Amino acid sequence: MTALTARPWYQGVLLGGFCLVAAALLATGERLTAPAIAEAARADLSASLAQVIPAALRDNDMTADTVTVTDDGGATTVYRARKDGAVTAVAFRVVGKGYGGDIVLVMGVDRMGEILGVRVVRHAETPGLGDRIDARKSGWIDAFVGRSRANTPDSRWAVKKDGGGFDQFSGATVTPRAVVKAVREGLERFHLNRDRMLADAPGRQP
Amino acid sequence: MTPRARDILKDGLWTGNVTFAQKLALCPLLAVTATATNGLGMGLATTAVLAATNLAISALRRVITPQVRIPAFILVIAGIVTLVDTAINAWGHELYKVLGLFIPLIVTNCVILGRAEAFASRNRPLPSALDGLAMGLGFTLALTLIGAIREILGSGTLFAGAALMLGAPMGVLETVVIPEYKGFLLMILPPGGFLALGFVLAGKRLLDARAARKAAAATA
Repeated sequence: MTALTARPWYQGVLLGGFCLVAAALLATGERLTAPAIAEAARADLSASLAQVIPAALRDNDMTADTVTVTDDGGATTVYRARKDGAVTAVAFRVVGKGYGGDIVLVMGVDRMGEILGVRVVRHAETPGLGDRIDARKSGWIDAFVGRSRANTPDSRWAVKKDGGGFDQFSGATVTPRAVVKAVREGLERFHLNRDRMLADAPGRQP
Repeated sequence: MTPRARDILKDGLWTGNVTFAQKLALCPLLAVTATATNGLGMGLATTAVLAATNLAISALRRVITPQVRIPAFILVIAGIVTLVDTAINAWGHELYKVLGLFIPLIVTNCVILGRAEAFASRNRPLPSALDGLAMGLGFTLALTLIGAIREILGSGTLFAGAALMLGAPMGVLETVVIPEYKGFLLMILPPGGFLALGFVLAGKRLLDARAARKAAAATA
């Protein structure tokens, strides 16, 4: 008689049993960590929103006051800043095509279409060259503050090399060019959807 | 026969060191060591996984048959790595933002499967857990050392961002080694990883050769 563990069916039962136990453990782990992960993601979002919209313009929880606008560029979730109930500014994500893939940015715009701030949320640009778009590495990104379509003509929305009004970095032109383009498109999106973004009706309360 | 605790520790940290002696797991080593903090974080995550998988696999070694041991090991390893991944995401979010991409890849770190096969499946649970701990700490040592070399040469700092990633008390580690340093970009980019690794391996060889000469002189 062969030993129990040498029988073919034992191998199947063994692997099946392992799968069951692993699935049960993973489901438990997921349950335990899900609230903390959701909370951390929300804290991240609210920290990046706070960086692009000055505290003086808001007294609400922006992560809970959103509208979704849909146009040719797809759907965008717009986070709204309110002061005494009135919408004072909006913030939303824009994505640029950088040298190392997508550059995800969040930008804040006031009611008149003037930029309040831009921050890089995620990027994979070359360290030491392209990563100067990150506010922790250099102040370059603040060149957008105060810009609008009214005070900066379309031809100036480019890096200096292309005849525009924004500095490029020596050794890295692709990165700032992508950021400038993404921010310009973000402003276009704002003007296209301005009424819907600024509508006073309370946003979705998740 | 179970090896003694002292030998397990010595093997993991030095003579059988994952990086310096076995030259395994070089992919995560080269990928995350742009700073010492990243290296330390990745090393500690791998250590936690290695100790846990060794313990689990050793405890189950009489149930697992040789025929299906590889899928069974991989299942245990993948499950534990996923748990560590969600735990870091939940309670060490700053660290997760930096290492996030690399943590699921610990599953494919050949050291984990290697120790399961070579040690945990043949020894009792406690020595196995100790072996995982020792191997993990040896790997952490290598990651931190190479991270420190690259960070000092590349950015002029040491353990930058430690308080943010590993908790406020670790902030004492943060130092500026060379003030006003413009940075030596090559060391932060992937080639810098190969360079630092090469010099560290050469250094280990020199130390070993000197120890062997001393031992030879002593017996002569």
